[in-house]
Amino acid sequence: MIDTNNIVISAEKLTKQFGNFTAVDQISFEVYQGEIFGFLGANGAGKTTAMRMLCGLSKPSAGVATVAGYDVYKEPEQIKRNIGYMSQKFSLYEDLTIKENIHFFGGIYGLNDQALREKSDSLIQQLGLVDHANTLVGSLPLGWKQKLAFSVAIIHQPSIVFLDEPTGGVDPITRRQFWDLIYEAADMGITIFVTTHYMDEAEYCNRISMMVDGKIAALDSPTALKQDFAAETMDDVFFQLARQAKRKSD
Amino acid sequence: MIDVSVQNLSKTYEEGSVRALTDISFEVEKGELFGIVGPDGAGKTTLFRILVTLLLADSGQATVNGSDVVKDYKDIRSKVGYMPGKFSLYQDLSVEENLNFFASIFGTTVEENYHLIKDIYVQLEPFKRRRAGNLSGGMKQKLALCCALIHRPEVLFLDEPTTGVDTVSRKEFWEMLKRLKAEGITILVSTPYMDEATLCERIALVQEGQIMSIDTPAGIIARYPDKLFAIKSDNMSGLLKDLRKHPQVTSAFSFGEYHHITMQEGLNPLEGSSQFLASIVHENVEMQAISPTVEDCFIQLMTNDRHQ
Repeated sequence: MIDTNNIVISAEKLTKQFGNFTAVDQISFEVYQGEIFGFLGANGAGKTTAMRMLCGLSKPSAGVATVAGYDVYKEPEQIKRNIGYMSQKFSLYEDLTIKENIHFFGGIYGLNDQALREKSDSLIQQLGLVDHANTLVGSLPLGWKQKLAFSVAIIHQPSIVFLDEPTGGVDPITRRQFWDLIYEAADMGITIFVTTHYMDEAEYCNRISMMVDGKIAALDSPTALKQDFAAETMDDVFFQLARQAKRKSD
Repeated sequence: MIDVSVQNLSKTYEEGSVRALTDISFEVEKGELFGIVGPDGAGKTTLFRILVTLLLADSGQATVNGSDVVKDYKDIRSKVGYMPGKFSLYQDLSVEENLNFFASIFGTTVEENYHLIKDIYVQLEPFKRRRAGNLSGGMKQKLALCCALIHRPEVLFLDEPTTGVDTVSRKEFWEMLKRLKAEGITILVSTPYMDEATLCERIALVQEGQIMSIDTPAGIIARYPDKLFAIKSDNMSGLLKDLRKHPQVTSAFSFGEYHHITMQEGLNPLEGSSQFLASIVHENVEMQAISPTVEDCFIQLMTNDRHQ
């Protein structure tokens, strides 16, 4: 359920400079509650830098932005507490069990003991992992880890979750099951901010922004983007845009 | 001529509790561009590490360019180029130093085989004094490929060279592989991206340490057992749920803009007499018969396996 009156991310001319290099160049956009927002761009276009600013991990050089109602300059700690984050690279502690991971992350996000117990039980049930609750995460198949990592990232019911290439490397069925989870979370009103290299996944987003050379070169629904670029597929749209890039960091 | 031969190769880890490869067999012709396609954990890296003699199999045999991976491991090491999935060059040597290092280790010079790497190296040249550790992801990948090529290997092993790389750079990378193939180098490349499968001459679809199917991409697609249809409506997630519940639908998966579905045997939902479309209560339904992609085939083979 997208609620366009409820803005979860608002960025206005957000900029990040490293010396002479403008990694993110005056990007402006809004993301609404319950929306699945795809954040796309070629390697080196500035996606990671932009995401780090929105997650309260990096101070912008200029511009304004609020995330979940908090200011990225003044309230980065509040932002960290009120968002979820999951990346392909860092997700869970491999040498803790499923249950321990849930308790650890739930605890970090400030859930009390009772809430933790309830959450942990229902989560393990939902994921069909009852028989594996005490299994070390390191020995789980990648697909399970990814689903667990996502559930843990939204354990504190944040208003928004950032997913950085969440489906990299998983098999095609698990990849689709992962998107089922994303849809469910969005239906519950959690905003999804997701990056991906799979162009079919771009189609699953409500709206997509495409970064080129630090700027947002296009932002619209997949259908509208394909129309604007007279393209058959999102892959085509991406290709047309990314080819315009002058910056050659890759 | 067979350049890589793998027979009944198996490998387990942790005292047999983790099965990485189970009874894998296949052959690759000299000069062929052969793809190993599958997700993480399918056993791709284990297979490559056995073939480049960095790991011993539990059982089975393999030869690379006529040499046995166990007995003749030293011969193989001088004849193959290997680009691991994880960046493994010297981070604190410069671009140029890494390249010279690998050339001299293999008893050659950068000049001797420069024609092989020229197209790639010109893009790296502006940064030749930069330390490898300070390169961007795409540049590291290009440097790793140059270092794997500089001794003109007979067989080139590329373990997930395009993972995490955007579609534009991926396309460039595959163009590069085609040029190398034209030089007569046998190439084995692994990838988790199903859409890259069609760029190979033959592919092995791997899952959980086993080969599910092995053929040309066209051959694999031709073997898809069912008629496949693409369908969309204004409410895609609702449509998917409805399709999964529909008694006539045997499988339904999202494929970008459309869902791909198969029907119970003999049913053609597009025939005039079919009530199927009438039973789908959605706005702006569009449906057409399509030919499957490699990803459709992969999913079909996976679900087949699970039922057995």
